[in-house]
Amino acid sequence: MKVFKAIVAVVLTVALILVLEVKLPGIPPIAVFLNPATGFWQNAESKHISPTENLKLPGLIDEVIIKFDTHMIPHIFAQNDHDLYYAQGFVTARARLWEMDIQTRSAAGRLAEIVGPAALENDRYQRRMGMVYGAENSIRRMMQDPVMSKVIQAYTDGINAYIHQLSVRDYPIEFKLLDYKPEDWKPINCAFLLKLMSETLAGGSNQFAMTNTLKRFGPAVMNDLFPDYPFREDPIIPAGTKWNFKPLPIPKPSASFIAQMTDTIKTKAKVEGIGSNNWAVSGSKTASGYPILANDPHLDLTFPSIWYQVQLCSPDVNVNGVSLPGSPNVIIGYNQKASWGLTNVGADVLDWYQIKFKDNTKQEYWYNNRWNKVNRRVEVINIRGEQPEYDTILYTHHGPVVYESAAKKTAKSPKNIPVGDALRWIAHDESDDIMCFYLLNRAKNYSDYREALTYLTAPAQNFVFADADNDIGIIPNGKFPLKFKDQGKYILDGSDPANDWHGFIPYEQNPTVKNPPRGFVNSANQSSTDPSYPYYINWQFEAYERGKRINDRLAVMKNATVDSMRILQTDTYSIRAQNVLPAMLGYVDPTKLDDQQEQAYQIVKKWDKYFAANSVGATIFNAWWIKLYGMTWNNKFKDKNLLMQLPSADRTVQLLTKEPNSKWFDNVKTPIHETGADIVYKAFTAAVDELIRKHGKPGEAWELGHIKPMEVAHVAKLDGFGSGNFVSGGSGSTIDALVDGHGPSWRMVVQLGPKVKGYGIIPGGESGNPGSYYYNDMFQTWKDGKLDEMLFMAAPTDDAKQIKTTLTLTK
Amino acid sequence: MLFLLILILSYACGFFMPWWVAAIIAFLAALWIGKTPWRSFFSGFFAVAFVWLALALFKTVPNGHILATRVATLFHLPGWGYLLALTCIIGGLVGGMAALSGVLVKKAIK
Repeated sequence: MKVFKAIVAVVLTVALILVLEVKLPGIPPIAVFLNPATGFWQNAESKHISPTENLKLPGLIDEVIIKFDTHMIPHIFAQNDHDLYYAQGFVTARARLWEMDIQTRSAAGRLAEIVGPAALENDRYQRRMGMVYGAENSIRRMMQDPVMSKVIQAYTDGINAYIHQLSVRDYPIEFKLLDYKPEDWKPINCAFLLKLMSETLAGGSNQFAMTNTLKRFGPAVMNDLFPDYPFREDPIIPAGTKWNFKPLPIPKPSASFIAQMTDTIKTKAKVEGIGSNNWAVSGSKTASGYPILANDPHLDLTFPSIWYQVQLCSPDVNVNGVSLPGSPNVIIGYNQKASWGLTNVGADVLDWYQIKFKDNTKQEYWYNNRWNKVNRRVEVINIRGEQPEYDTILYTHHGPVVYESAAKKTAKSPKNIPVGDALRWIAHDESDDIMCFYLLNRAKNYSDYREALTYLTAPAQNFVFADADNDIGIIPNGKFPLKFKDQGKYILDGSDPANDWHGFIPYEQNPTVKNPPRGFVNSANQSSTDPSYPYYINWQFEAYERGKRINDRLAVMKNATVDSMRILQTDTYSIRAQNVLPAMLGYVDPTKLDDQQEQAYQIVKKWDKYFAANSVGATIFNAWWIKLYGMTWNNKFKDKNLLMQLPSADRTVQLLTKEPNSKWFDNVKTPIHETGADIVYKAFTAAVDELIRKHGKPGEAWELGHIKPMEVAHVAKLDGFGSGNFVSGGSGSTIDALVDGHGPSWRMVVQLGPKVKGYGIIPGGESGNPGSYYYNDMFQTWKDGKLDEMLFMAAPTDDAKQIKTTLTLTK
Repeated sequence: MLFLLILILSYACGFFMPWWVAAIIAFLAALWIGKTPWRSFFSGFFAVAFVWLALALFKTVPNGHILATRVATLFHLPGWGYLLALTCIIGGLVGGMAALSGVLVKKAIK
């Protein structure tokens, strides 16, 4: 009996320990996570920071001094470039190791390795889109560059120096939650990060949807509803700017320009409204007489931020700004002489080619009047808890056939990828993109800037520039394929060489303007140029409203200051409302409305067109417009069996204001014939009734800030690790474009001159550790629409009251 | 006595050994000087619970409980105190069960 009791106790104890040690689905191993010696409690950082810290690290050439300021932004002072990038790697890893790990894993299609089969389809998609293929090509090129190879290796060594001195209790909390360990950083990870940016900014496609729509409605309708230039535009390169080059011969359209029928398939659709703003104002319009540059890139807002603020100083460079954890150099920022900023171009650098295979073995495909060999590439996808998956991907000269048959596409695969088509994507090409930023960090003048830009392949960005010599300029810049007009608007026949990319636009012929007469330059993802530019970059860009508002404001500005720019960055005036609200109001007969609808009508009629957080008019207009757009197009273009493209907001506004009796307003599913006026009226009553249902009578509950959900979520959307919902103004088409967890991920204003001054803020903090006081300490300032002055030191001995702690790295 | 022995040894080893070493310590200690099942269980329970409480507080108090609050939300607990309690209870259970096993084995082999 005694023996029995003893055995039972021992067995129960061992069982208890096993249950607490082992990883059960959905939760971390309980005791591993909760024990205070090595578990999450160890990630709780103390408020008390020691003012000095000394570390000995292997591989340094000399001593490096890092000064951390009030918000723990590092100011790195090295004696040579090797140590500079080593130190950048080290401190970035110390702040953001998990973010770097998960982003590169995601890009490389290696999530199933840590989370199991749930991520398998995601991983397969990344491999099949050629993310690994592209990263391999890019890193191979970068490691051949004598300068870049050293920069990337030093950065890698710095990160690994950090990783190697970690014990289990030091692992970032997300590693403990997901139960895996950090692994060594490899140079290819820097390339993966770049490919991830390409995927986010230039990896979506609506070619499939467009082709389906073409087949349903025919070319005449496509030309009517999907024109190659918007009705209203305010292009990045001001209209009328002359091109000072002789263009290459433009390729002729291929005979097989229109694609054949494709089966239904799913892919990642182009996300509308991922956009940013930048502008530069010449000294002729500023109070100081020197240029001011502003930039606010819009991305998914996350804790930690996608950006990491840093200053890099060595005998060769002194630059301040934001970096991308995972890549060396400063990506957006300034030095003593010059400043630059980025917005996305949205160029057409991703094309689908219909492939004709010889037979079911798919060993050969038809191209250029003969059969060509299909290459095969096997991707190995490791899956936690299971055998690895071996996925064979077919490659043609265009690129990978992402899903060669309907069987290869699953329910989880993205909707907008056509089956049987090969992908030609700029991200597959070898590139030396990081060199662009290395050179921009050191740029002293306009010609340095032009030189730097020739290294940027993808994602193409509108690079705005200003310097202390009073030059301003902007260039929609990337490696743009040389195409015939609209080549890539629809799926192309992959057997015809006339459909291949015909080379690339020479960098010096990318559209450019320097010191325009109007005294300012701007981009907000609108059309790169007016229709006179000889080359085809894309048939459609983002809506013009933000660009127009910025240009309207800058045109009338005199004696502009940093604060004028800050206020413009948080502007919520709606050009869309300005253009279309009067017409919409005109089509509603208020005598036909009931009491509450009439009340709503009066509110939106008096509305000042600002999407302020406390505006009720904004809520009503927004709901009304969305309903109007949907009621116009959904009955014709939304089909659950066929993915189609809807016409743009711009085309809709044009129809409403210029052709209100257009057949396009008729709802084909109803027997009566509707006009624009009918739809506007119906949309109004439907929108208002829905608002009443959800939020009661028109009043405070209808304020935009209360209706619009907005949150900065954790990268992995962990509950409790985000900001929680907060009140915000703005909409997708106002300058301050806060919508759907998306918005200005960095706001920066730089005053150039004899002593440059930079101002900036990220919605978050420098630390990726939710247990740190620096996880989200800058969030409130950002939320209030304010900027912090950026500390920009000349030497580590600079007296600065803001320095909290000094880290000295020695060899 | 048993409580103090387990307390001191598990505190000392906690920093550089896996968490379940506390179980081994509690088991061996109770095997050596445990008296009755109930007293051994409670000695083991409170010793490890106390060590875990101290180590956790040592980290979370200077942190202003910001991390513990976030993690509590993640696990749908009403507050960081519950998370701390959960930590101590789990540690305590392991210590208690191990100590109980130790004293029962001692009785069985006598």
